[in-house]
Amino acid sequence: MSLPVGLDDLLWTYQGLIQGVGLNGLLALSMYVVLAVGQLSLGQAAFMGLGAYTGALLSLRTGLPFALVLPASALVPAGFALAIGLPTLRLSGVYLAMATIGLGEVLRAVYLNADLFGGALGLSGIPERGGTALIYALLGLALLVLFLVGRSHVGRAMEAMRQDGTAAAVMGVDVRRYQLGALLAAAVLAGLAGALGAHVASFIGPGEYGFEPAVRILSFALLGGIGSPAGPVLGAAILTLLPEFLRGFADLRLVLNGLIIVVAVLFLPRGLLPWRMARRAA
Amino acid sequence: MSGASEAAPADRLAGLSRFTLVDAVLWGLRILVLAVVVGGTIGTLIKGRYAAAQWFDFVLFGLTIGSIYAQIALGYTMVYGVLRLINFAHGDIVMTGAFGGYFVAGALDRSGWLETHPVLAMIAILAVAMATSTAIAVLTERIAYRPFRRVVGLAPLICAIGVSFFLEQTFRGAFGSSVRSYPDPLWQRATFDIAGFHVPRIDVIVIGLALFFMAVLYVIVQRTKMGTAMRAVAEDGEAAALMGIDVNRVVVFTFTLGGAMAGIAGVFYAFLFKQVYFFMGFTPGIKAFGAAVLGGIGSIPGAMLGGFFLGLVESVGPALFLDGIGIPAPYQLRDLIAFTLLIMVLIFRPQGLLGERLARTRA
Repeated sequence: MSLPVGLDDLLWTYQGLIQGVGLNGLLALSMYVVLAVGQLSLGQAAFMGLGAYTGALLSLRTGLPFALVLPASALVPAGFALAIGLPTLRLSGVYLAMATIGLGEVLRAVYLNADLFGGALGLSGIPERGGTALIYALLGLALLVLFLVGRSHVGRAMEAMRQDGTAAAVMGVDVRRYQLGALLAAAVLAGLAGALGAHVASFIGPGEYGFEPAVRILSFALLGGIGSPAGPVLGAAILTLLPEFLRGFADLRLVLNGLIIVVAVLFLPRGLLPWRMARRAA
Repeated sequence: MSGASEAAPADRLAGLSRFTLVDAVLWGLRILVLAVVVGGTIGTLIKGRYAAAQWFDFVLFGLTIGSIYAQIALGYTMVYGVLRLINFAHGDIVMTGAFGGYFVAGALDRSGWLETHPVLAMIAILAVAMATSTAIAVLTERIAYRPFRRVVGLAPLICAIGVSFFLEQTFRGAFGSSVRSYPDPLWQRATFDIAGFHVPRIDVIVIGLALFFMAVLYVIVQRTKMGTAMRAVAEDGEAAALMGIDVNRVVVFTFTLGGAMAGIAGVFYAFLFKQVYFFMGFTPGIKAFGAAVLGGIGSIPGAMLGGFFLGLVESVGPALFLDGIGIPAPYQLRDLIAFTLLIMVLIFRPQGLLGERLARTRA
């Protein structure tokens, strides 16, 4: 306790936390793109797990360079998103939400029981790749792209869908194509976050990609609000840092996530950042 | 904007004539599932690894767990029928009932009453479990769901997910995250021997009482004044209100019925698996939702049928389908089968087996 703490030590001590904020920011954006078109997916954790396991297995078994591992870790969850999204997006939003929960549970059963995925022990000894700079570079890139998309005509269409899907469809918005596109983007973002997380933590297990993280990711987006992509990232930062200041209330931490969701939909339907993005005159 | 408006007519034509990507994916999935089911069944039957007694055990366990799913599914389907809301927290209502029953069962077990007076003890356990889960279900409706009464879209579902998480974590905070073991009295462990098959007594108790309580519920919904009002609100809420039905009372009554069934199901589930913990409601909850959709959400007989069907498939399925295609130790894959069935139902038959009403009015 009495030892002087240098800046390097400080960064090293909090490196995990800093990376956690960035990774959770990516996951929050992954939830944002789906919510932004008026859909709900609870498969973010499942997509993250697919990215993590794909990345970890490629790095451990094949020795491919990380520059190839990372895109592959984004493509595999996107393939699953396509298979789930194509049929269920034709139905009301509830069906996609429940089907993505089912996907998460199916994948968890597979990870737990297949030797390839290391069973309950998970995979360990994943080489350290990427790191803080890459996480934040990708987060920045994702924010920039989503911001630009939000300002374009696509953003207008997305907002129209969120307000009233039927009216948007009548106005000529190809609702299903946008919804599928959003789900694919969500899977890519979550897959990237999963692979990056696996390569900084060096260990992954099947318990990390279940229902609990899915709900935590939802609470990031709802706390920040989905008026702009900055909201969910802010929500993720708050909810990742808050437990560090509330160390004594470890048990209450997760209760808080549930409460935030209820309170956010009941009283703060636009989240902490209620402003909408400025947009060129339509 | 112009690109989107051009795409719309092409899409409509595609729906009429062209074989789309969606169709291709769906057919691929259908063929895959069919191949696993048929190939696995043939493989298993050729190998003949399982004796008749084992198949009997699978079917009996399937019916037992299915009767519990059926009771939970009733809660989903009734609330959906009346409010068009997926009460995502319903699985956790089951958990609260199991906890309520646990404290009574534990006290009775320590005093020896559970062993000496099984009938009285079960009545006390079930009563407390039903009271606990009903109270929490009604409270949840009042606080979290009533503000959304006229809201369509995903906000109510998101709120229900928040409630679910809140209940789980509150119980984790209050009673710890460790798994507690449920009492295991001797009279539950005994078996009947019928025609050479061993029938565990607990299975008979669970199925028998589940059928009894579901019959009671059916009579309440079909024969009483409140049940009639419930069906009227499910048919058309606005018209029912105009006819002088107090919709709030009907909604509270619906949550009471669903909560009571959830409490019973929670106690049975806990007695069957001999454990309680804060997350125990999640898996049966999602599975029972699948059962409710399978039976046609909004339909009460459908929920019962769907529950039994899901229980049977997840109990018989691993041995019948997966062993045959060479997957070792398939018993751990019950969840895999159940959740795959859930996804398949959502994809291929979202209106369910008995769900024409839903398809007609709200598809």
